Amino acid sequence: MSKVYLSYNNIVSSYGFDTASAIQNISNEVPGLQLIDDKNVLPNPFYSSRIPQDKLEGKYQELHPKEKHTRLEKMLLVSLAETIKQSGLKINQRVGLIISTTKGNIDVLENGSDFPEERAYLASLGEKIKSFFGFQNDAIVLSNACVSGVLAVTVAKRFINQNTFDHVFVIGGDLVTEFILSGFNAFQALSNEPCRPYCKTRTGINIGEVAASVLVTRDSTKLVDESVVILGEASCNDANHISGPSRTGEGLHRSVESALKQAKVNPEDIDYISAHGTATNFNDEMEAIAFNRSGLQNTPLNSLKGYFGHTLGASGLLETIIGMHSLNQNTLFASLGFQELGVSAPLHIIETTTRKEISTFLKTASGFGGCNTAAIFQKVSE
Amino acid sequence: MKNDYHIQSYCHIRNNDISLNGNSLYKDDADSFSEFIKAVYKHLKIDYSKFFKMDSLSKLAFIAADTLLVEETEKNIGLVLSNKAASLDTDRKHQESIKDYPSPAVFVYTLPNICLGEISIKHQLYSENSFFVFDSFNAEALHTYANSLLDEEKSEKVLCGWVNFDDGKYDAFLYVVAKKGTFVHSIAEINRLY
Repeated sequence: MSKVYLSYNNIVSSYGFDTASAIQNISNEVPGLQLIDDKNVLPNPFYSSRIPQDKLEGKYQELHPKEKHTRLEKMLLVSLAETIKQSGLKINQRVGLIISTTKGNIDVLENGSDFPEERAYLASLGEKIKSFFGFQNDAIVLSNACVSGVLAVTVAKRFINQNTFDHVFVIGGDLVTEFILSGFNAFQALSNEPCRPYCKTRTGINIGEVAASVLVTRDSTKLVDESVVILGEASCNDANHISGPSRTGEGLHRSVESALKQAKVNPEDIDYISAHGTATNFNDEMEAIAFNRSGLQNTPLNSLKGYFGHTLGASGLLETIIGMHSLNQNTLFASLGFQELGVSAPLHIIETTTRKEISTFLKTASGFGGCNTAAIFQKVSE
Repeated sequence: MKNDYHIQSYCHIRNNDISLNGNSLYKDDADSFSEFIKAVYKHLKIDYSKFFKMDSLSKLAFIAADTLLVEETEKNIGLVLSNKAASLDTDRKHQESIKDYPSPAVFVYTLPNICLGEISIKHQLYSENSFFVFDSFNAEALHTYANSLLDEEKSEKVLCGWVNFDDGKYDAFLYVVAKKGTFVHSIAEINRLY
């Protein structure tokens, strides 16, 4: 099987409309989260990162759309347009489209939506993105809770290895909606402060909003400076509980072991872990246990939720793209919000942004339904 | 690519009828899905109290999977399910509840992959999980992804299929892909059995 790479990429976030603006702000440890008072979404003020509506509209209009699109579609179109343009790829039969989302256009269920309920069907979202860019294959929509974003990258690799495609554009996005916030609020999982993953004084999650896109390709002539090769990946269920993570970190531990085995690397070969770190008590504790079982307690680790909040179906993809840039810049980004370790097993949390030669990173995610995904990426050697 | 896999068994649940390998196991003329699926649960003598807490999509997927896995000894079974409506049936209930009191017990089912979790818990499967959404039954994608999991030795067997629940209407077709079995694992055969 040929190598499969991650290449051209884009992040649309509260920081701006390209990956560079996100990386620049993370380098300077600038939080993207702010206190938002929007009673249409939640009765109480909440911390979130949201894409500025007026600027999004401007970027979207530059694409000269010929029909009306929802807010999420605009985010995804703006992100993917940039990635396709940079790549210079011609869309043909050998180019696939994978969309990662947990809830898609769920806001059309709200009273007073400008769009019919039909748009809440994820295949309808897929069709809008497909037709806008003239993809010849139907979109493959992956909706697998909070692991969707990183799982989508591994699904792209698997389809390429099965010779279905040579290139796959993977995009991820979810909205900050009343639907989502009321649900996490019902779980009493929302923090009323900026989130602090793995910290002793953590108080829960923030939900944020991004759209991210990346080209996954087997073509070694279509690479960028920050390109990485996917060495191994796995997705294992906890088989324990649908809303609570396993107390033994079973599924995450197994995912990491399986990814290491496929990658043919040892735990000590991992230079950096881009973890899930939602800042809920149970999630962060579970991850600490799983990483210790895999012998990764001394590996520098961060959660990027302190910058963006939890961006749901986009998060795994967003954080993978930032990991690519972290390797390329030989920089370990600080795990924003962290003060003092608050999990029962040791972890090496990156407290300040540090320069270090790094070549291999592990990305993990975990979510409702007991799902977990681990993927290992490495710099492209000449 | 090895690609010489087989379909070991398959199950349908549609039109008030549950069948295994084309043979009806139970049918009735219940007026609603909830009555029908409860009758199936009793008929199959499944003793699993968590079943009653599940949403309709999970009940549908759970019963179809249980029918195929009840005598299965292999535990490394990847789960690759798909549908059209994702979790929209429960999404509508959660959206409706927001103005009153949203319930965590409903909200957790507003993700289609929760049914994969339910199957994993019952059968103690620490295996690969993916939930895809398509406009209609997509044998090509399921075929490719199952081959990938088997070729790359991520799974020994794969439970694949379609499980859709939307506004009271339901349709489930699940099948187990293995190294041995009665039917060839091909797109044409998957479509024929569907």
